[in-house]
Amino acid sequence: MSKGTIVSVSGPLVTAKGMETANIQDICRVGKLGLIGEIIEMRNDVASIQVYEETSMVGPGEVVETTGEALSVELAPGMISQMFDGIQRPLDEFMEKTNSNFLERGMSIEPLNREKQWEFTPSLEEGTEVSEGDIVGIVQETKVIEHRIMVPFGVKGKIKSISSGSFTISDPIYVLETEDGEKEFTMMQKWPVRRGRPIKTKLNPEEPLITGQRVIDTFFPVAKGGAAAVPGPFGAGKTVVQHQIAKWADVDLVVYVGCGERGNEMTDVINEFPELIDPNTGESIMERTVLIANTSNMPVAAREASIYTGITIAEYFRDMGYSVAIMADSTSRWAEALREMSGRLEEMPGDEGYPAYLGSRLAEYYERAGKVVTLGSGDRTGSITAIGAVSPPGGDTSEPVTQNTLRVAKVFWGLDSSLAQRRHFPSINWLNSYSLYSNEMNDYVGKQLGEDWNDMVTRAKALLQDESELQEIVRLVGVESLSERDRLKLVVARMIREDFLQQNAFDDVDTYTSRNKQYEMLFTILNFEDQAVRAMDLGAYYDEIIKGTDNVRERVGRMKYISEDDIKTIETIRNQTKDDIQTVLEKGGVESDA
Amino acid sequence: MLKEYKTVSEVVGPLMTVEGVEGVKFDELVDIELQTGERRRGQVLEINGDKAVVQLFEGSTGINLEDTKVRFLAKPLSLDVSEDMIGRTFDGMGRVSDGGPNLIPEKSLDINGIAINPIARDYPDEFIQTGISTIDHLNTLVRGQKLPVFSGSGLPHKELAAQIARQASVTNTDEKFAVVFAAIGITFEEAEYFMNDFKKTGAIDRSVLFINLADDPAIERIATPRMALTAAEYLAFEKDMHVLVIMTDMTNYAEALREISAARREVPGRRGYPGYLYTNLATLYERAGRLEGTKGSVTQIPILTMPEDDITHPIPDLTGYITEGQIILSRDLYNQGYQPPINVLPSLSRLKDKGTGEGKTRVDHAPTMNQIFSAYAQGKEAKELSAVLGEAALSETDRKYVEFTNKFEKEYVNQGNYTNRTIQETLDLGWELLKVLPRAELKRIKDDMLDKYLPKGE
Ligand SMILES: Nc1ncnc2c1ncn2[C@@H]1O[C@H](COP(=O)(O)OP(=O)(O)OP(=O)(O)O)[C@@H](O)[C@H]1O
Ligand SMILES: [Mg+2]
Repeated sequence: MSKGTIVSVSGPLVTAKGMETANIQDICRVGKLGLIGEIIEMRNDVASIQVYEETSMVGPGEVVETTGEALSVELAPGMISQMFDGIQRPLDEFMEKTNSNFLERGMSIEPLNREKQWEFTPSLEEGTEVSEGDIVGIVQETKVIEHRIMVPFGVKGKIKSISSGSFTISDPIYVLETEDGEKEFTMMQKWPVRRGRPIKTKLNPEEPLITGQRVIDTFFPVAKGGAAAVPGPFGAGKTVVQHQIAKWADVDLVVYVGCGERGNEMTDVINEFPELIDPNTGESIMERTVLIANTSNMPVAAREASIYTGITIAEYFRDMGYSVAIMADSTSRWAEALREMSGRLEEMPGDEGYPAYLGSRLAEYYERAGKVVTLGSGDRTGSITAIGAVSPPGGDTSEPVTQNTLRVAKVFWGLDSSLAQRRHFPSINWLNSYSLYSNEMNDYVGKQLGEDWNDMVTRAKALLQDESELQEIVRLVGVESLSERDRLKLVVARMIREDFLQQNAFDDVDTYTSRNKQYEMLFTILNFEDQAVRAMDLGAYYDEIIKGTDNVRERVGRMKYISEDDIKTIETIRNQTKDDIQTVLEKGGVESDA
Repeated sequence: MLKEYKTVSEVVGPLMTVEGVEGVKFDELVDIELQTGERRRGQVLEINGDKAVVQLFEGSTGINLEDTKVRFLAKPLSLDVSEDMIGRTFDGMGRVSDGGPNLIPEKSLDINGIAINPIARDYPDEFIQTGISTIDHLNTLVRGQKLPVFSGSGLPHKELAAQIARQASVTNTDEKFAVVFAAIGITFEEAEYFMNDFKKTGAIDRSVLFINLADDPAIERIATPRMALTAAEYLAFEKDMHVLVIMTDMTNYAEALREISAARREVPGRRGYPGYLYTNLATLYERAGRLEGTKGSVTQIPILTMPEDDITHPIPDLTGYITEGQIILSRDLYNQGYQPPINVLPSLSRLKDKGTGEGKTRVDHAPTMNQIFSAYAQGKEAKELSAVLGEAALSETDRKYVEFTNKFEKEYVNQGNYTNRTIQETLDLGWELLKVLPRAELKRIKDDMLDKYLPKGE
């Protein structure tokens, strides 16, 4: 620990002299108020400190004291359902302790509750040899998450004693005989947020993350352990997409990082999540959610830290063998925080004022996602799927944050303001978005469905591609110039767009679509085309087909509102399609042999 | 005793450097006395050793390096508040400017405020009826929301803002309501328009006005919205009032910020605005909201003019990234004589979903809204098509859409600045227009609702 004296203050950047014994990345308490800061640069005895709280009325001469510890998170039972700020201060306790609705400064709050008793059940016996990552016991933290207590990194030994019963996270629960003698351990570990938690090996992602969002699952799936970027101008739907995934994805745990965005959006999550039932577990989704909120008006340096805090917590749960999804809304605000600190340090600016290391920092973050074999015996596998919103200025994705993200993320959900303006949501542009996992994931799904899912998806995408070309022609010379077959194509493409891709996040039923229902829906639309083409081949006219299928097309349009329990009824739509087309043919006097 | 310094070493644009200072704090309020005896105010932007960089709110004209006296006031820039502020007018720095007596302050508040703990927020979900169909139905405003108006030079944003202030205040008369108005570098004429309108309707007795006009000091504009928001927070969270804050024009605010940033030789971001413009604007806009355990609310309607009507310009762009939607005015509609010329397609209220529907407005609110949006979008596309290829190129359905679109703009959008429609009237009008379309086209509305509101056989 060392003490220094403040020399200068400029916004979130404070420099202090007399800090020769301090280390880079040490956490310090700054000034009379004891604000929390982190050393980011050292020059001789002068440390540059980024302060995680507002520095108003702080000045030279005040004291800075280092804690000798790097910015770390506490990892133990008590994180789930909590909302923390960017440096893991629990916001509910913050409010209680300050007795204020506002974020008063200089508060020091323990990240995790020290009083709460947890029921610990050992899973290993005395005498067992253990090493880092081994699970010594479990705590049922929420109805759906069993918190697996692991031997901390770098520790090896034989269990001398292990207790069972109710404990707080700071009570000793087991003792190991290690090379350096006996050591006591609690349920809690600490980990410095800027360092990835070690793993055994990385694996290739192979299983899709099911989000219940049709355009994502069907057209642009992301793998469990993959990384996806959601860029889009304001109001295009980035936050709704992330909320939807946080709500419905078939993962064990979600870490949601509100990074430099709106306060009300976090309130929304807190209000809404406890009410929502996870279709996979039947329990409230709050039981598997950890929230980190560093809203746009909260100190900018803590915003920079927030995504590291988030991913470290995600890694910890991954290490237990869980599949975790982490959402960061918005990585652009994180990059701006980086830029602001860099500017104040007077570093050489790179592209658009961002520091030259922007790309490597982004890559480092996304690299912490992935599917892995964890440390510890039993070869558990866990995964982190990272989904990051990007907010490009003016919606122009040629800017550095989007471009650097696309270098590391394999899935690109490009949100389109013109679709959003037409209230086509999710406004993921089907022509320029992509998923490099698409084929693998479709094969995987296809095997489960016992169908050629990849074929169906490819066909639907091709239809939309054709549509955009046909529309070009229509704009120039009118719809009359198209062949009957092409006009039919336009009808089917519109069905795919409106009746399949469009999905209302705020409708109780439409908000989530299971994979089976997605299959049924797409199959029904493609079946319509097959039937109509067959009729055309037999001589029916476009107009006749359209008139004769008015009613059934309306039913196709309402498929999305059919509840998961009634999926069977979708089949009746296909039957009606067949019947109605048959009627068209009969009216037209053409006999069908089918 | 505060120490007095006569050690000004540099004055560049709106910045002043004072040397040999002691005990000076970041953000500290500064009192500057010119050789003429004139007093000005400043704020410490940076303190390095014994050197303080001070931002001069009233500019540097006439400052003399040798004779200027500087005192650091050991507190940040603050606003004296009391309930008696209501009905009064202040300048852009929060000094009484209506010739009346000074306030007897209840307390003095740091104008920067403190960030709200997200957990303390109460989600805004109380419908505010503005009486304007395009807002109430399609871009619903709720209490505690921040909903800016994106305008262009010469477009009637002041008429719209005044209409909202006038009409939103009449409903819910049982609750305490106040308007806080911040004029940020606008013309005398524009400010007068608001004042007259407030006077005419009596709203003036429930208003607090902060006025920085175009010929007032530019750097003061950095303080003006903070003054207004500090007053608003005080009235809302300590006096349980529902406060509507109108701030116009945020473009002038951002320009003042740019001036400071340039004087400090910071690396400029897009169009010369500082890289921290987003965060800076957020510290203003995020001061809207409701809090658990308090009755009041701060609702913000910031107004900004988009340079060259360009929505990708950093000011509207970053504003849109922070606020909960935006109301966009359209030059086309305005040129057609439609009032208020709200362009509903790119406009948005993100908080509409929880502030509308059964028990708040009416059960058909959301479905009809979605239907109108999609019908209007489709109608506009059809109109464009017919402009190129002639009406004959349109299908029968498309022609219906065009008819809908024309009627929608003419009857629904164009309600005038003095028509005050209830939400029920607006919803009924919406159905009236949707009747133009074939029922099969109304896919966004569920069957039972169609049956109820559009009885078959009509
Ligand atoms: N799937 C959806 N269903 C229905 N409405 C949607 C959907 N997605 C987005 N919206 C609408 O679009 C609005 C804006 O979406 P959202 O807040 O996610 O935008 P954003 O891209 O995060 O914007 P910003 O960058 O400003 O945060 C929402 O408030 C909602 O009205
Ligand atoms: Mg968002």
